[in-house]
Formats: sequence, C-alpha cells, structure tokens
Amino acid sequence: MTRPELICPAGTPAALRAAVDAGADAVYCGFQNATNARNFVGLNFTPQEMAKSIAYSHERGAKVLVTLNTFPPAGKLALWYGAVDLCAELGADAIIVADIATADYAHRAHPGLRIHLSVQAAASSPEAIAWYVREFGVRRVVLPRIMTVGEIAGLVADIPCEVETFIFGNHGLMVEGRCSLTTYATGQSTNMDGACSPAACVAYDREPDGSLATRLSGFTIDRFGPGDTAGYPTICKGRYLAPCREDGYYAFEEPVSLNASAMLGELIAAGVHAFKIEGRQRSKAYVKKVVAAFRAAVDAIAEGREPELADLVALTEGQKQTEGALKTKRWR
Amino acid sequence: MTDASRTPRGPRLPLPPLPLFLLDPILRRVARKVAAENPDLFDRLGEHRHSWFLIDPVNLPFMLYLRPDPDALDFRAVPKGATPPHAARIAGRFLRLLSLMEGDEDGDALFFSRDLTVTGDTEAIVCLRNALDDVERPVAETVADMFGPPGRIALRALREAAARERQQAEAQP
Repeated sequence: MTRPELICPAGTPAALRAAVDAGADAVYCGFQNATNARNFVGLNFTPQEMAKSIAYSHERGAKVLVTLNTFPPAGKLALWYGAVDLCAELGADAIIVADIATADYAHRAHPGLRIHLSVQAAASSPEAIAWYVREFGVRRVVLPRIMTVGEIAGLVADIPCEVETFIFGNHGLMVEGRCSLTTYATGQSTNMDGACSPAACVAYDREPDGSLATRLSGFTIDRFGPGDTAGYPTICKGRYLAPCREDGYYAFEEPVSLNASAMLGELIAAGVHAFKIEGRQRSKAYVKKVVAAFRAAVDAIAEGREPELADLVALTEGQKQTEGALKTKRWR
Repeated sequence: MTDASRTPRGPRLPLPPLPLFLLDPILRRVARKVAAENPDLFDRLGEHRHSWFLIDPVNLPFMLYLRPDPDALDFRAVPKGATPPHAARIAGRFLRLLSLMEGDEDGDALFFSRDLTVTGDTEAIVCLRNALDDVERPVAETVADMFGPPGRIALRALREAAARERQQAEAQP
C-alpha cells in the first residue's frame, strides 16, 4: 500500500516548525503579498523566513511547497514571476500555481522546479488536467472539494500526474478560483488580492437583544444568539432572510469543516498520492493537533492497523464536521 | 468569539481588592522583556503596533491595556468598567486567554465556540494574534522566568488549571 504524503498548512514560521515536528511530509506556505491566496495581516513569510523554514524542513526530511495560487491582474505579472524566481532560488520543493501565465513562466524559466496545480485552478476533468500536464509539466493536481471518492478513483486512472485531496479543514464548495462573493462587498478580490473577507472589512457588534452580529463591509451576514456556535465571516457561510423562509438560513453553505478521517482508507485505495490539511490562517496549536492526529491515522492504515481517530470537532468551523462530497453529492 | 453574556461560566476568581498601580511597574517590565526577546513580533504587527488593545479576562477584577509599540511600549492594568480609548477589545476567561498565549489553544476554535469575544478593529486583533502565535517561546514562560522558581511554580499550576478548563470545555456537548 502506498503511503500518501501528508501536506500541512503553515501561516507563520512557528506553525511550519510545529507541522514538521508533528510529522508533516510537506508544508505549504506563502509570501506576504498578493501571490498568496491567504494574504492576511500578520501572516505568511518574508523571503528570509522562507529560506530559514526551507532549511529547517529539509534538515528534518520534510518538503516545502510554496503557494503562488492567485491570479495576476492583466499586465501585472512581475510580482508572480519574481515569486517564482525566488522559490527556485530558495530551493522550494514545488510551487502551487493556479494561473496559466505563472505556470508557463515557471515551466520555461525553471524547468527543474516542480509545479503543482492549485485547487484554485478548479481542474477536475481528465481533459483539463492532461492539458496542464502537457503544456506546463504539472506533476500534481489538487482536486476541488466537489468530487466523490468514486470519481477520484476514476480520475486517478485517467490522468498522467499525481493527485492530492483535501481531508480536513475549510469546506469550500464554490467553483474554486472563480468565487467573487466577498469581492462584491469588500472591493478586494479573493482571487487576485488573495484575501477572502479581509479582517479590515469585518466587524463584530453586540446587538441590543444580546446577540452578536457579523458584518462584512457594513453588510450583516450573520447573527448569533448567546448559545450559538459561530463560523467564519464569509458571505458563503452567512445566514440570510428570504421571502421563502421563515427564519434566517444558510443560503450557500453552512459553517462546517471537512473531516475525512474515517475515509482515509478509501482514499488511499482510490490511488490518492497526497492528503492536504487546510488552515494556513489557523494557529500553531491547530497545526500541531491536526497534523499529529492525521500522521497517526495515515501511519496506522499504511501499517495495516485500525486507526484511532482523534476527536477534532473542537477545531472545526461552527464545531460541526462533514465528509462532504467525498461521501455523497447530497451532503446538505 | 463569545457573546460576553455567555463567556463567564462561573464566579470571578476570589482575589482580594488590588491597588492596580502596584501592578503597572511589573506589567511594564514584562512587556519590555517580551519585546526584547521577540523583536520580530513588531514586524508582524505592522501599523497595528501603534494600536491600543484592551484585554479583558472576564473572571478577573481588572483588564489589561496594551500598546505593543517598541518605541512607546505600554502595558498596564485598568479597572473593570473603565473604557480607555482602544482600537480593539478581546475578552475571555483568564485561563483560556492564557492557553491562547501559550500556543495551546486555537483562536479560531475559541471564536467558533464563542469562548472569545472580539470587538473593535478586527484587523488589529487578528494581526496581534498572528504576531503572538509566531513567538516560539511562550510569553508566559518568559514572564515566569522573570520571577525565578516561584514564577515557574505558579506557571506550572496555572498550566494545569488551564488544561483542566480546556478538558472540561471540550467535554461539554
């Protein structure tokens, strides 16, 4: 049985060290600019921090995959090209790209630099993936979170590259790399600026009735009573009033996290090469707990043992978890 | 992020009335020591290093008032009910806040469970959280070391209490 790589998130050098120490095979992380789809304040790596982090990881046998997973605005490619050059110079093990111009530049300028296709490229058909492999030498595709295990197994057999699937964390089901919901409210592009619901646009206000209202650029997107669990302040996870419903309801998605820990065996049997944990915006405490739990589970399965699945619900959004589309297309 | 009406799950800790001005020199010394040991912290804070933060341990009889500016560092205690000018306020039970500082607890998870309340400038708070999370050696350890063996004994006791509180919270349905 092939033991899939465990790909773990890091928003800071401390989180990267926590991931490596907890058993990550590879850590993915990004720079402090718009090349990175988690371009949030106080997060991410300077070039110097990236260099030190790559050295730390390599000394311990772990890889570093750098996320250049946003889309350059027309005519403004220099930042993305510069980031590709920097990754090659620093000895990154791979770059994770979504944009075809960035992929094309990396392929031509640094033919030895491994390219992974980001989930932001939303490539899920054999034809689309084969095109990326043929044109840019893509070595691995990160699949969108909309496919069942059966569909993944079929795809693996049909494509000439490795497959990576999400197994834990944010359950984003929009057509990834195409979602502009928060852009309408904030004026900042999730896909080009790299910030979905930037914190500067988020406000939490106590209401006269004691509830807590979440607002994004002045738009109320949810209201929590004293006993309610909360979710992220994104429009896709908001609760809205509509004439067809009596109360507010989650029109797009519910605040819930993906947790495929009980499906790891099926995913391995389907031929998945790498398991990805979402959460570069999360703390090193999250990284430590989630990585350690999945390290133990993957190792147990690879050694033919029944995995003991840690209870991670306290770390999930809204304190709710789902196996999502991996299990069934009718998860809601 | 917690609704403040739900956050306090019990009475305040039975501390005697405390003249807060006695705490201020200690807090300032603590801030200077942490700043000296973690100069990179201020780079992550960016422009928010100039912001004032109000940190409210809801079950203690005072709040903490912080400006993490290396050129004008300030850290002091203020009485409950005081609302000095601040960019952002963060509130939660003392031991949960300590766990957060220690890197034992995830801020987003405390937000989801409503054990943490944030009001004001969300970006400033997120920035402070991210900056503190990148500090390798727990801040509480730095503080404990300043007070020698009694400080380390006190920290050990607090950590044990914080672990118990986390376990109790996670055991709740």
